[in-house]
Amino acid sequence: MLHLDELEAQSVYILREAYSQIEPLAMLWSLGKDSNVMIWLARKAFCGHVPFPVIHVDTGRKFEEMYEFRTRYAVEWSLQLITGDCPPVEEVDPTLPPAARAAARKTLGLKALLAQHGFKGVIAGIRRDEQATRAKERVFSPRDESGAWDFRDQPPEFWDQYKTDFPPGTHVRIHPLLHWTEIDVWRYIERENIPVVPLYFARDGKRYRSLGDQDITHPIDSNAATLQEIIEELATTTTSERAGRAMDHEREDAFERLRASGYM
Amino acid sequence: MSPRLPLGSEREALKIVIVGHVDHGKSTLIGRLLYETGSLPPGKVEELKAVSARRRMAIEWSFVLDAFQAERDQAVTIDTTQIWFKTATRDYVIIDAPGHREFLKNMVSGAAAADAAVLVVDAAEGVREQTRRHGYLLHLLGVRQVAVAVSKMDLVAYDERRFSEVSREIGHYLGEIGVVPTFIVPISGRDGDNVAVNKAAVQGEGSPAMAWYKGPSLLEALARFQTVTRPIDQPLRFLIQDVYKFDQRRILAGRIESGILRVGDRLLFSPSNRTARVRSIEVWNSDTECLEVRAGQSVAITLDEQVFVERGEMASHEALPPMLSTVFRATLFWLGQKPLEVHETYKLKLGTREARVRVQSIERVIDTDTLAGRPGDRVERNGVGEVVMRCREILALDEYRDLARTGRFVVVDEYDTVAGGVISMEGYPDQRHAFAVKSANLTSVEHRVTATLRTERNGHCGGVLWFTGLSGSGKSTLAMAVEQHLFNKGYHVYVLDGDNVRGGLNANLGFSPEDRAENIRRVGEVAALFADSGVICISAFISPYRADRDRARTAAKSNFHEVFIKAGLDACERRDPKGLYRKARAGKIADFTGISAPYETPSRAELVVDTETASIEDSVRQIVDYVERNFARSRNPRKA
Repeated sequence: MLHLDELEAQSVYILREAYSQIEPLAMLWSLGKDSNVMIWLARKAFCGHVPFPVIHVDTGRKFEEMYEFRTRYAVEWSLQLITGDCPPVEEVDPTLPPAARAAARKTLGLKALLAQHGFKGVIAGIRRDEQATRAKERVFSPRDESGAWDFRDQPPEFWDQYKTDFPPGTHVRIHPLLHWTEIDVWRYIERENIPVVPLYFARDGKRYRSLGDQDITHPIDSNAATLQEIIEELATTTTSERAGRAMDHEREDAFERLRASGYM
Repeated sequence: MSPRLPLGSEREALKIVIVGHVDHGKSTLIGRLLYETGSLPPGKVEELKAVSARRRMAIEWSFVLDAFQAERDQAVTIDTTQIWFKTATRDYVIIDAPGHREFLKNMVSGAAAADAAVLVVDAAEGVREQTRRHGYLLHLLGVRQVAVAVSKMDLVAYDERRFSEVSREIGHYLGEIGVVPTFIVPISGRDGDNVAVNKAAVQGEGSPAMAWYKGPSLLEALARFQTVTRPIDQPLRFLIQDVYKFDQRRILAGRIESGILRVGDRLLFSPSNRTARVRSIEVWNSDTECLEVRAGQSVAITLDEQVFVERGEMASHEALPPMLSTVFRATLFWLGQKPLEVHETYKLKLGTREARVRVQSIERVIDTDTLAGRPGDRVERNGVGEVVMRCREILALDEYRDLARTGRFVVVDEYDTVAGGVISMEGYPDQRHAFAVKSANLTSVEHRVTATLRTERNGHCGGVLWFTGLSGSGKSTLAMAVEQHLFNKGYHVYVLDGDNVRGGLNANLGFSPEDRAENIRRVGEVAALFADSGVICISAFISPYRADRDRARTAAKSNFHEVFIKAGLDACERRDPKGLYRKARAGKIADFTGISAPYETPSRAELVVDTETASIEDSVRQIVDYVERNFARSRNPRKA
């Protein structure tokens, strides 16, 4: 099997396990490229359907093109879309540096939505290669009631057996893209012709490699205007994907603290 | 860290795991490997120097991997990270694994997915406890390709003799468990010797520290490993994950674990034993029809009939199906806080099947340091044991050595995965030849002479006294004595004795697990017929397997009484009335119950006769009294 086929088969397996064993289930849709791949994989897994709600946690500060994308594809893909707002930044932990504070808004917004709808499991598109702390994640990752993640005590996952039994009150995050790399994601998008927000493509010598809130995401210098060009560019780059994300470069442990308190 | 991949290649990355005792240099080795292959992003080396300086240490390559504050302070890696790097010829994914005892469950998660492993041994410290334990677990987890890196050679002044000593020790241990390392490479993670390049093998490289070593560098050793390919040549195993009904189609979803499935194939579902043909393979978003799917693929199919199949079932072709059993042996490694204890029940997860199992016995607890096994009633955390598991329901499974993916399982206690294990069916029959009625078109015909009429005439009801026990326990002796006593009292009684029946009805059967099962099946059915005809049938057969005795019980419908003729193995061996134990010990008889084949002690026998403590007369009286209490209509059937 080709590498992409292996990844696809494994992700489909994971989505089907989650759907079978965990209920109620929802999928996070950030409108970014990884999210779109996830929705695509869900349609592959469930014969064209996405049989659970799709959640967009809206900070209100996303790029306009993303909102357009959301409107269009929610209809085209027949998604059961749930959107939720985030509390204002004033309500967030003031000891966090500014960019991390913006991210924490999203955490609070997500927690509120989960509590409101009572979802037991949430599917998220994080990948191990994105960031060092994410590299330590599990495919099925328990969270306690406050959404906290104990990185010291993670369940063992082997032989395709995932942790699907949880004490009452536990939530679980499911990560079907955990083993995908950035370039895997782009190759898959190219192969399958998956639509992505135009911001990823170069305009006036700049493009976005990663999409966060407008005020904390910075574009990179690039002329890659097509999928092929993006893949070529990635194959030779040595900077990391999230280099443009201010929050990752603030104090060393800020990201760690974010994750431990329930940020993706 | 984004890997640099050449264009247009969809190369499969080789998954490797780096294991060994804590502080033997695994993380340093990995940091060094990344540096040597140019896989560190720019600025990372400077960052490392800064962080190391801040902590007042020399540059620590292991810091590359330590994402957590906690880890830096403790200098002990906690969990598995996945790190990509590449060489000119291929890509690698390293799963870093910790060496400390506490985190064995994390090491297992990593190693279970690996194609190959590097076992790191500190040259100064030599082979330690975790070195051996990891080597053992690698083997148990099915990682067949292993290279050894003897690290920190700089600390032993690059001494060749020390390297030889350590090589011999680890080579010997691995040899004992059947693992042959591909290479044993002396390295220095700190200085980089033999990590990427063996300077001694390259001309004009000055005087290298280890001029005496002429073998490949570690990176060259890695290049010789092969990716593990999917088993498409093995028998089909399609594990059902779920059944969907999003529209009018009934879709079976799951993954092909081995073999190939084609449209039109006739599938057998286990354990339900239902069959149906594959009508279609459903693919979303494709114009071309899909007619075949193979091992590794997640698929969705429809069948030509509406058979009731659900998650947990295993589909195969009819020719090479999985085994069916309610009992199996397993070698497992225990990760749980509470030890594994005999008679405890747990949840078993085998593929997509879940079932409750009870630990029937712990055959051996294995010390991974010495590889010695000893008996025990528990397996402690991080320990390895050989156990026998029993399940109330029938399970579809394979021998691990034949089909790894359907021959392995995990154990869950409360909410946690507490063990992984691999299956062996040695000594246990495939219960698939479970006696399914092969004839169709059968119509049962009622007797006009009823059981009640017979009981009236005979003064007692018919039934089965099923004697079971080890060879030499006294079954035949007691059976014949009891037969005579009962006959004298006016009962209609007959003995079916093991040796007698094996000379006639069962002359064509041997002592393999399957033949033993068939032997008992036939006797069970014959005894049931005797019982039905109003006779008390006494059967005297070792009948070692619980499943077979239960089947005989079911055949007899009612009035089946299991009589455990109890005597210990030592006592039976001392008696050795037919000289069989002596022959078995001398290896002249294979599959001898008690010595080379199992005996499953009855747990719900209606009567237990202990022939070690009771005399023959007392034992006979015990049984006859029992019969009179349970079978007789009147006190003396002769006068009925």
